[in-house]
Amino acid sequence: MNPLLSVRDLHISFGGVKAADGVDLDIYPHELIAVIGPNGSGKTTFLNLCTGYIRATRGSVIFEGRSITNEVPRTITRRGIARAFQIPQLFTGHSLIENVMLSVAAQHGIWQAFRPLSREAYRNKAREVLDLMSLGDIAHGPTVNLPEGLRKLADIAIALALKPRLLLLDEPTSGVSTAEKFALMDTIVGVLRAEKVTALFVEHDMDVVERYADRVLVWDAGKVIAGGPPQEILRSSHVLERVIGIG
Amino acid sequence: MAYSGPSVCGAFDMVVWQLLALAVAAMALPVAVPWLGFVFTVAIGKGLAALGVAMLLRGGLISIGHALYVAIGAYATAFLMLSIGMNELFLLLICATAITMAAGLVIGAFMARYRAIFFAMLNLAISMVFFTLLSKLYHLTGGSDGMRVATPTVLGLTLDRAEFDLVLQFSAVALMVAVALLIDRYLKSPLGEALTAIHANEVRLEYLGVSARGVILAAYTISAALAGLGGAITAVAIGHVVPELSYWTFSGQLVLIAVLGGITGVPGAFIGAFFFELVRTFAADFAPDAWNAIVGAALLIVIFFLPQGLYGLLQRVKTRKARL
Repeated sequence: MNPLLSVRDLHISFGGVKAADGVDLDIYPHELIAVIGPNGSGKTTFLNLCTGYIRATRGSVIFEGRSITNEVPRTITRRGIARAFQIPQLFTGHSLIENVMLSVAAQHGIWQAFRPLSREAYRNKAREVLDLMSLGDIAHGPTVNLPEGLRKLADIAIALALKPRLLLLDEPTSGVSTAEKFALMDTIVGVLRAEKVTALFVEHDMDVVERYADRVLVWDAGKVIAGGPPQEILRSSHVLERVIGIG
Repeated sequence: MAYSGPSVCGAFDMVVWQLLALAVAAMALPVAVPWLGFVFTVAIGKGLAALGVAMLLRGGLISIGHALYVAIGAYATAFLMLSIGMNELFLLLICATAITMAAGLVIGAFMARYRAIFFAMLNLAISMVFFTLLSKLYHLTGGSDGMRVATPTVLGLTLDRAEFDLVLQFSAVALMVAVALLIDRYLKSPLGEALTAIHANEVRLEYLGVSARGVILAAYTISAALAGLGGAITAVAIGHVVPELSYWTFSGQLVLIAVLGGITGVPGAFIGAFFFELVRTFAADFAPDAWNAIVGAALLIVIFFLPQGLYGLLQRVKTRKARL
């Protein structure tokens, strides 16, 4: 099977800190990959490099057989990679359904100056995504005062409305209470599986990683130091020492 | 299953009714008070330019140099008449608007790279450079004396000044309604909503695959065209163009009108323009040395008590009625 995303020899440094130091990895269709590692190991930098937010000094990122190395975020998004952020990025002046409708409109071409955004077709598509994410009840409400868990879901709903082939999620359960995190992940993973979207998520919660990931990649000092099934990786003493600090 | 959410038709109809009410007032009041006809025609010219400024404000962009495009529209009208003998009112309005739009596209390609204070100051700088050129290139522009704009023909008919003023007044009102409805549609389209979204989160917009710079360039070009049309109407209404049309105080007036009227709906710019011109006219009559202070006080009252502008007041009344 051909990889959906291939990263080869990716490098970037910030001053003396190597945030990506020769990263090599492949992501295959329909995988759900967790990225773990200590703070500052380069996990979010990897997402930034893959989505064009920052430029690599060396190396390549290949998506569906074509290079997207150092392309700008909008080009990469149009190619089929969407992103959800650690701090949800919403359009706070718009209602939730309008946020998702903008995403639907972006997918169909934003350059329509005289047909309304609020048209039936866009509404229905946005409503479908919101219902999948269990957000249908608050579709017409403002996004500005939503609790963190719902803001996370809304951010992911916006990304999913783009119909991506690959979704990159940065700490989907951060800022969410322990009681809510599994319900949140059940919703997210359920949608990803149903929609057959390949996804990679950065995560600090090992319970979440063990429960939902097909494969785990362990980051340390800008390198992937281990990779494999969660049951195997999360029992490796080397990984536990590096990531959790248990010797 | 088709989703049946709240319809936007109601909101659209409301804008139509508000604009029609404004149009009726702009045509009926001068019947009782004839000199109001000229005041309202000039107000519509300013309202069109202020609508352009208000559009950019929705995207979080403050232009304190939009008088540049009013001046380009006004001087284009004068030059078209003088240089190539174009003398037909509607042709002049169309050509002056197109010329200003082209200028907006070229300058906007540069402006769309900047945000916040840099965007505001660059607009101001370019308008002041244009003001200086208009003032200093005497052999071309008439310098600070400006240029005379003769009374154009209307559909081939030569009218006396009083008849022309009436036709211009009615044409300006019709243009106000037509342009405002078009801009209303634009602001409710994906492209217009993307402009508003830039104000909240430009990064997210880029991550939807949308060029924020492209969205801003489109808005900037449209806003320049609106100011150009306003400038052309002002030029033929006054019959004279002067460099002050590009001066920073005029740009300030446009921002003031946009804020006074409110930026949440297209009628706001015109409500603000009518209010501003009326306050200015009456204040200049009753307190010629203090009209600026009166207009300033009116702005302070609006900022403190009506943060959504005069149009926001209308919406507030509408919301209260709906609750009852």
